Amino acid sequence: MSDMDDMDDGSGIIKKFMFLNRKAPHGTVYALEGLEVVLITAAFDQDVSLVFTDDGVFQLMKGIDTKGIEVKDFSKTYRALEGYDIEKLYVDQASMDARGLTEDDLIVDVTVLSVDEMANLMAEQDVVISF
Amino acid sequence: MQFGILVNEGPYSHQASDTAYLFARTAIEKGHKVPRVFFYHDGVYNASRLATPPQDDRNVGARWSKLAADHGVDLVVCVAAAQRRGITDGVLGDNFRISGLGQLVEMGIQYDRLVTFGD
Repeated sequence: MSDMDDMDDGSGIIKKFMFLNRKAPHGTVYALEGLEVVLITAAFDQDVSLVFTDDGVFQLMKGIDTKGIEVKDFSKTYRALEGYDIEKLYVDQASMDARGLTEDDLIVDVTVLSVDEMANLMAEQDVVISF
Repeated sequence: MQFGILVNEGPYSHQASDTAYLFARTAIEKGHKVPRVFFYHDGVYNASRLATPPQDDRNVGARWSKLAADHGVDLVVCVAAAQRRGITDGVLGDNFRISGLGQLVEMGIQYDRLVTFGD
């Protein structure tokens, strides 16, 4: 990202932003372009949470190799999120179960939440953006 | 109330831009403020002035331009998404401008609600 220096909207307000990643990493551009928004939001010093649900859990899967489909592999970015102070990563238990995934299959440390826990977390947010 | 609006899909192939427009227009009619609409993903195609839809159909881009002219709505197109898709200053419709994702984040920080239209 080129414009990752600290940004400021001048208000000093810090809000809770949740990014809801619902789609597979490839096939559509949503995951890639969604990540760009996540990084910019962190640069504004906002309180950022990332949620991976539905096919979005595949974004964090180990062993992604995009050579065969000739598109950019951006999965390394998820491992770099810590460097941007983005440490709140959550995955939906039911989405993992439905796809036969466990935490061991993922490239980063996450907190696994039940539907009820996810609903509570969502209710705490000021802004929820879904990609 | 101040509403920020995020449009994530292009015109015609998807209803998102139509619904976002109707939401924005209605919110303004009801006395709310819509200071800015941000166009992301294929939503940047809404900004093209090169679109010439059939006369008996709505003109999605022109409708946004008019809303901006009538009510001072700031129509912002994401620069990174626009560059990927060939949307440049040279093809922008009236009252659209190209800027960075910071303009989207600012809507989330400053307005009462951020409403997303897309899949």
